[in-house]
Parts: sequence; structure tokens; C-alpha cells
Amino acid sequence: MDFLEIFLSANFWAAALRIATPLVFGVIGALICERAGVLNLGIEGIFTAGAMAGWMAVWLGAGLWGGVLVAAGAGAFFGLIHAILTVPLGLSQHVSGIGVTLFATSLSYFTYRTALPDVSSPPRIEPFKPLDIPGLSDLPFIGPALFQQTALTFLALFVVAATAFVLYRTPLGLAIRAVGDNPSAVESQGLSVYGLRIGAVVVGSALMALGGAFLTMSAFDAFFFGMVNGRGWICIALTVFASWRPGKALLGALLFGAFDAFQVRLQTDVGSFIPGQVFLMMPYVLSIAALILVARKADYPRALLTPYFRGQR
Amino acid sequence: MTTVSAAPIVLQLTQITKRFGSFAANEDVSLTLRRGEILALLGENGAGKTTLMNILFGHYVADEGNVEIAERTSGTLNALPAGQPNAALDAGIGMVHQHFTLAENLTALDNILLGTEKLSAMTSSRTAARQRLDDLMRRSGLTVDLDARISTLSVGEKQRVEILKALYRDARVLVLDEPTAVLTPQESDTLFETLKTLAAEGLAIIFISHKLDEVIAASHRIMVLRLGKKVADQPTEGSTKLQLAELMVGKSVPQSTRSEQAAGPLLLTLKQASAGEGRTALHAVDLELFSGEILGIAGVSGNGQATLARALSGLEPLTAGQLQLDGKDLSGSNARKMIDAGFARIPEDRHKDGIVGPMSVAENLTIETIRAPENQRFGFLKFGAIAERARQAIKAYDIRCQGDKAPARLLSGGNIQKIVLARTLDAAPKVVLAAQPSRGLDVGATADVHRRLLDARARGAGVILISEDLDELMRLSDRIAVIHRGHLSAAEKTETLDRSTLGLKMAGHGFHGDTGEAA
Repeated sequence: MDFLEIFLSANFWAAALRIATPLVFGVIGALICERAGVLNLGIEGIFTAGAMAGWMAVWLGAGLWGGVLVAAGAGAFFGLIHAILTVPLGLSQHVSGIGVTLFATSLSYFTYRTALPDVSSPPRIEPFKPLDIPGLSDLPFIGPALFQQTALTFLALFVVAATAFVLYRTPLGLAIRAVGDNPSAVESQGLSVYGLRIGAVVVGSALMALGGAFLTMSAFDAFFFGMVNGRGWICIALTVFASWRPGKALLGALLFGAFDAFQVRLQTDVGSFIPGQVFLMMPYVLSIAALILVARKADYPRALLTPYFRGQR
Repeated sequence: MTTVSAAPIVLQLTQITKRFGSFAANEDVSLTLRRGEILALLGENGAGKTTLMNILFGHYVADEGNVEIAERTSGTLNALPAGQPNAALDAGIGMVHQHFTLAENLTALDNILLGTEKLSAMTSSRTAARQRLDDLMRRSGLTVDLDARISTLSVGEKQRVEILKALYRDARVLVLDEPTAVLTPQESDTLFETLKTLAAEGLAIIFISHKLDEVIAASHRIMVLRLGKKVADQPTEGSTKLQLAELMVGKSVPQSTRSEQAAGPLLLTLKQASAGEGRTALHAVDLELFSGEILGIAGVSGNGQATLARALSGLEPLTAGQLQLDGKDLSGSNARKMIDAGFARIPEDRHKDGIVGPMSVAENLTIETIRAPENQRFGFLKFGAIAERARQAIKAYDIRCQGDKAPARLLSGGNIQKIVLARTLDAAPKVVLAAQPSRGLDVGATADVHRRLLDARARGAGVILISEDLDELMRLSDRIAVIHRGHLSAAEKTETLDRSTLGLKMAGHGFHGDTGEAA
């Protein structure tokens, strides 16, 4: 086996970026929710809903970008459910989140089975194609590694930059960061705690759904059961790893993507005498290890998990 | 101070009444505030001061009466829409709450700008804001480092940020709720100097307080509330402490003072004890407590008092040093071992740590001695005996409740404190730790707490009294030590101390080995 060879192949980096893309959407979505003080454990189900909705829209004849919009809409819908339960009604964010995950997952499978009762192999759609960017895509090594991705990957990178800009450069971002730390600071300055939190959860959930949509509309070209496979939960862990910062969130997602791409390649090299499951496990084990190192010092948004009721201190 | 009776009226509250169920928190209260005037709103806990201000600020809607505020330019009085904090904010009413409403993860500047710009704006105009704030700070004397994160600021600095928040929004009426509760006496003096400067520039100020000294020193006019009703509205000139105290309480309550008593043998020692981490950590604390004395611990809130209390109670392990009770080393023990060794704790937050809210009065009275043979046999509770003893305690300590089966959370703060007192003091402990035992209690309940602590002292117990109220400390304690940033000064006899020396120590004077701001 040759580690160096793996790291030096453009193909490896392209795979890392591809694997990271849905996680980037998910972790940025989770980060926006949590910055406003709401943990969104509905993420796993919202991924599934986004994957299903986006795929089905295209299968029914919508354009690819139409499918992306439908996916975001589905995410926003489940986000709104979670937001209403946890923000004005103040229910446990854990319980509501798990409930949304169960509901969204089951509803997606149900819709899929109802629409396609007799299919044994999932029908395929024409997915996003890698963009050929004249000039950049032809660069040696960098070209194939970074610039032969689909439009959704570039959208994910744009979302990271846009989120960082909004959070740190605009009055809206300031209000979101404040409402996750001390809602009464926001209320005392005449802003609506509920409005900000509900808005953040809805937008964050829409982004999570895009992570799911990437799976059916870019990575694979079909929807099948169990395809989200814990990616949502990884995003929740990555949010802590990233200390709720968009830049670090991108880094964390890329790191996970690299682990995953690495293990696949390593498997073909030494897979003959080590069981394959050990490799599959590796990215998760490494995530937990990284989390332990970072999370001990994690600076949680102080109001995370705490519902706010007006007039109560 | 001179009166400002000729200045135009800025704010007028007319016949405000607010009921919660059958209880009238405010009844027929009227108030007029003029430009440049400092009005002190004086009253006991529960007198309705905060309710009145919450109505003014739109957090509550009054059942009767209305609030009028002068138009910014013309000065004509317009009704303020009820129940809309935004309307109050826009009309120029600024409020500094007792618990600060600041986001700790943001800078001072961010907190001040929060909500002042359109949320849809793509940029934030910081340079202009900074210039305006520099100007404001220069004029008012309220200096803060605008780029410092709130979590790194002291309590006094946070309060200045709160006032700047209001001024930045062009407040014409500034309301401060118990502004000195968290300040040292020197910091309070500075605050009142600032308020006078601001009033001279035309700001109308209402400050809520129950401290008579500061009310007389810093206001133009005093309004006294008692049980929700206005009982006086008079110029400060000519008001005396005695007269105000009577107005506030309505009856005279005998105050207990300690009698001369020689201290007994050494009961409890801390040697070079450290515990906790961060801002509120304890650093190498030495403490000696003798039988038959009350040892006061003075200090501004948040200087390690809570860590000291937890370390003494066995709730937080010592990271270094020793804890001895009656000659036995208990450094590594837990709360149960401390209780068994004769240590009793009156916790600072009685609602959170003093009782289990949904459990009954009887259960709460028994909870620390649940393993004692009089309460259980073979692990089964003796309900009859427990209820009987609870009924005795309810009588002896005058706990006002609907019987021993009533859930403890339904009781008032004073009665909850009586449960805690009955539970801790009935076991005749050797050492009593009382953390902020009278905070938030009315005069009657406070007097009761003081009497019980003095009784324990007379019986030969050693009492450690942690308090932020200097009057309470000086009246009850035989010796007083000061805690500052986790360091404890040597205890000195109360007779040799006065308020200003204590105040200086509370601000950190005379502490060597000071760890500085970076904690």
C-alpha cells in the first residue's frame, strides 16, 4: 500500500469534496439552527425528505433546479414543524427533533412506496453533471481535484461563504448570534425572539434538505431506503467540532470526506487481510476522536436547548 | 438637591391597577416624572415596584389606568400603547434590568447596536456608531471598551453597557431596577454621580431600590410603594431614613442584634483550600470558625462565594488544601458525610437547591435525614412519624402552608426559607452555613431568619454567614472576612470595621496575590 500515492491522486481529493458536499449543507443548516438556540435533531429525517422530494420532483418532470427548490421546501416544512413545537410552545428540543426525524423519514418512504408500488429496482433520473469550467478544469491536478464537481457542490461552498457573511457582517447575523446566547438581550432591544428562532430553524432545515437532495440528484441518481445512513447525525457532531463557525464547519466536513475517501482506497489495498467493516468504521471513529479533543473546550451557544418565554427571567 | 418642579413633564402614569388573580400587584398608582428629575421608587420586595415598571415597559398590560409620554418635539402627552415593548423603546424609555440583558458572546458594541439597524440591511455602519458612542461616553463618563466581549467585563462595566444601550437609542426616561445590588459601595457612588450628570443633561431617571441611604443620597423625589399602593410621593429634601422605613414597612419590626458572647473552641478550618475553576474559583483560602460565633463573609456577588459554599458543603471537591470539622479531616467527603458530621447548609438559591418543588412540605422537611431510624425502617418510610414531626415543625417555625402534604413550590419565598431553616436547624448542627439567607425576603421573614441564626449561635453552633448586605453582616457577625476573586482576607472583629473599609476590600484593595482580570 502507498499512502502517499493516495494523497497525491487528484481522484482522491475529488472524492473527498464530493463526499463532503451533503455534510456541508447539513452542518451549515444545523449551525444556523443552533446559533439561534435550537438543536434540530430532525436533521436525519429532513435529509431523507430532501432526498425523496428532490428526486421525485425531477422524476415527475420538473427540472433539476426545480427539484432542488422542492427539496428545500420540504426541509422548510419539517423545520417549521420543529420550530413551532420548540420555540413558541417550548417543548423539549430533543424529543421534538427525534419526532420530526421519525415523521419525515416515514412520510418519505410512504410517499415513495405509494407513488411506486410495484417497482423492484429504483427508477433513475438524469442527475446533475460535473461542470466543466473552462480554464480551471483543465489545470493539472487542481483541475480534476476541485473543478470537476457538480453545481450543487459549488452551491454548498457558496452557502458557507454566504452564511459566514450574514452571521458576522450583517445586523441579522448579529441578532441570530445574540438570540442563541441570551434571548432577553434580543427582546430588550425590541426584536422578536420567536421570529428570529423560527426563521433560523426554517432556513437551516431547508439547507439540510439540500444535503439530502445532493444524494439523489448528484451523488446517486435514484432514491432508495436507508440512503441517508446517519449523515444527519454526523452533521450534529460536526457542528460541535466546528465550534459553530462556518469556516471550521467546512473544514470538518472536508476532513470527514477525506477520511471516507481514504478508507475506500485503503480497503482495496489491504482489504484482503483486514475485515472491510474496520475501514467503514474509520471515519466515524476518527470523528468521535476529533470531537472528544475539540468538544471539551466547546463554547456552546449559552441559550441552546432553553426555550424562551416572555416576561420570565 | 434642588427640585425640578418647573421642568416639563416627560412621563405620566395615571391610576394604574394590575391584578394577578385576586392579588392586586398595583392598585391605583399614579406617577409624574419631569425632565431632568431623578425619582426613587422605594418599597419592599413584593411591593409592586417591578410590576409597575414592567407595565411602563410594555411587558405587562395594566387592568386599569394609562401611561402617557411626551412627544419628542412638541412635548404634548400621548398615550403609550399598552403591552408593546417596541412602542416603549421607540418612545424613548430605556430599562436597565437587575439581571442584565446582554449577549455574553458578543462585544459591547454589538450588544449596543443589536436591534438598532434594519435586519434586512446588508451592512452595518460601525464607524458612525462608534463615533456617536465615543461622544456619549465622553459626555456621560460611562467608559467601556467597546470591543471587549461581554463575558470578559466586570459587573459594573456590564451595567455601563446597559445604560449606554438606552442612551444610544436616545432614551428620555431611564429606569434602573435595583442598580446597586451587584455593585461595591464605591461603584455605586460612581453610578449615582453618572446618573446626576445625565439628569443635568435632561434625562429623566427612575431608580428602584430598597436601600434607604442611596435613595436619600441620589434622588430628587421619592415615591414609596407598599403592598401595591402608593403610600408617599415626596421631595427627598426633608425625608429621613426613619420616616421612609416606616412608610415602606408600615409597622415597626424589632430587629435582633447579637449579645456579647465569648467564642468557644475551634470547630471548622479550611487550610489553603482551592476549588473550582475560572472566574469564580477559590484560591488557597484559610478560614477558622469557632463555636458560638457568626463569621461573616462579605463580597460582591460572583467573587467565589458560591464555590466557597459548595466546597464547605462537600458539593465540590477541593483541588488543594484541607477541610477539618471538629478535628476530623473531611477534605474528600461528600454532602452526606458533611451532614452526618454536623454540618448544615442554607443554600443560596432556596427555590432551586433548598427544596424539591413538587414534593410535599413533610418530605422536604425530612429529605436530609431520610436514612435516620426515626424516618425509616428496613428502607420503608415511616409516614406517620414523618407527618407528625412535619406538623410540629410547621407550628414551631410558623410555616404558612396548607398542611404538611402541600407541594413546597406553592409556598412563598419566606415560607420556603422557613422549611430550610426547620430542616437544617432542628438537627442541632455544629456548623451552619447560611448563604444569602435573607435575599429576596421581606422585613418580617428576614428578622425571623436572623433570630434563628442568633439562636444557633447562642446554642454554641458556629455560623458562617455569606451575604452581600453589609448591614446584615455588621449587625450579626462577630468577625467578618472579605472574599475577592476567590481570595479570602483574614477575618477581623466587626467592632474594628466600618462600611468604607469593607467596601474598599470588596473592590480588591489590600489583596495580595490578586489574579487580575484574566481568569
